[in-house]
Amino acid sequence: MKIHLKVWRQKDQNDGGRFVDYTASNVSPDMSFLEMLDIVNIDLVKKGETPIAFDHDCREGICGSCGMMINGRAHGPGRGIATCQLHMRSFQDGDSVVIEPWRAAAFPVLKDLMIDRTSFDRIMQAGGYTSAKTGGIPDGNAILIPKPVADEAFDAAACIGCGACVAACPNSSAMLFVSAKVSQLALLPQGQAERTTRVQRMIAQMDEEKFGACSNTYACEAECPKQISVTHIARLNREFIAAQF
Amino acid sequence: MNAFFAFINSSVGKKILMSLTGIFLCTFLVEHLAGNLLLLKKDGGEAFDAYAHFMGGNPIVRTLEIGLFAIILIHIINGTFIWFSNRRARDKRYASYKLEENTTFQSRMMAVSASLVFVFLVVHLAKFWVPARILGEQNLSSLVYATFRQTFFVVFYLVALVVLSYHLRHGFQSAFQTLGWKTKRYGGLIEFIAVLFWLVIPIGFAIIPLYIYFYGGSAVAMMR
Repeated sequence: MKIHLKVWRQKDQNDGGRFVDYTASNVSPDMSFLEMLDIVNIDLVKKGETPIAFDHDCREGICGSCGMMINGRAHGPGRGIATCQLHMRSFQDGDSVVIEPWRAAAFPVLKDLMIDRTSFDRIMQAGGYTSAKTGGIPDGNAILIPKPVADEAFDAAACIGCGACVAACPNSSAMLFVSAKVSQLALLPQGQAERTTRVQRMIAQMDEEKFGACSNTYACEAECPKQISVTHIARLNREFIAAQF
Repeated sequence: MNAFFAFINSSVGKKILMSLTGIFLCTFLVEHLAGNLLLLKKDGGEAFDAYAHFMGGNPIVRTLEIGLFAIILIHIINGTFIWFSNRRARDKRYASYKLEENTTFQSRMMAVSASLVFVFLVVHLAKFWVPARILGEQNLSSLVYATFRQTFFVVFYLVALVVLSYHLRHGFQSAFQTLGWKTKRYGGLIEFIAVLFWLVIPIGFAIIPLYIYFYGGSAVAMMR
């Protein structure tokens, strides 16, 4: 397969950035999208040019490092996958593909397709933890949690913090991310001690980082590689209202 | 910082204010339609004029009217603030952005439909509210009948109702999501009640100009 790429190149944070055209030849349909970029980068290195910088780590959809806007879709076409799980068989021979970094004021571009996601870390530091002393490793089932509650908490805990929700949202809102983190802890007994302060602090930090407000378009849910439901956003809103009283 | 100020100043707090004012405005639509349906009564507008006279003269209603205007203003101003801060949250636009593959038309169009509804509201108030409340028009039904015999106003009102319908199609259920009520248990019920607001009520309002234009106009005028 031959793929025509239009890739965002930006030297550093101060650079204005621009699109550069590349052609990826000899692309196998079984390659992942990142492997296709690896091939392009090998050619660039051979030619003495700077390779395209992009974040990646596990390449099996669990670390949340990779992420780019591919033809106007966060993590590219397809549902419930990270960029590393997108395969070139999703494209046709001769296709043109536009690749951009996540765009949000809270996610400044560091270089090419790499963005600074420490705003997520600061939201987590604001309240995404439990400070209860849990002692040694407890026995399994020492604290009984009903199965539906555990499942719901686990669905929220599946969030890998990749930022696709922010990238896909027309308002660059981080509500799906924050709601997953708040929901997970609000559902479990360990999270009860800081339940009210957590939601207030995390939302305050989210606003501080200049993420937008949720307008319930649900673009986030559609693009989430872990398919986290917007019912968690409803729970976040409930938690926030309840925290006022 | 004052706790209430912090609440109302947060992004979620602003959205909650948006949903509460929006739901209040939805309840106003029910009252407004109920009153307007009196225009369909074949009594030469007598019942409607009595209703309009009561609404214009009753001090409780007039007080509620001030509240209604305040809530409309809060809904507009707060919505504008949210729109601007949401625009700022994405400092650089995408070259390629396929939002339409992930979202509904009405959810993407909220700011556009809101602006169009606002234009309609200004015309609507200038056309009926100002004559009734400020210029002291006693015979409001005649003004309504005369207005809706004009093709322009019938088309204008129908277009405005379609736009309002789109606004409420997203807005009504969205308000309950923001209030945290759109859960797996109540989601279906909210969508069901939403049909009343985005479909039944706009159709109810649309019947009035259409009825006057095609059937009622001349007959009613002759009855007077």
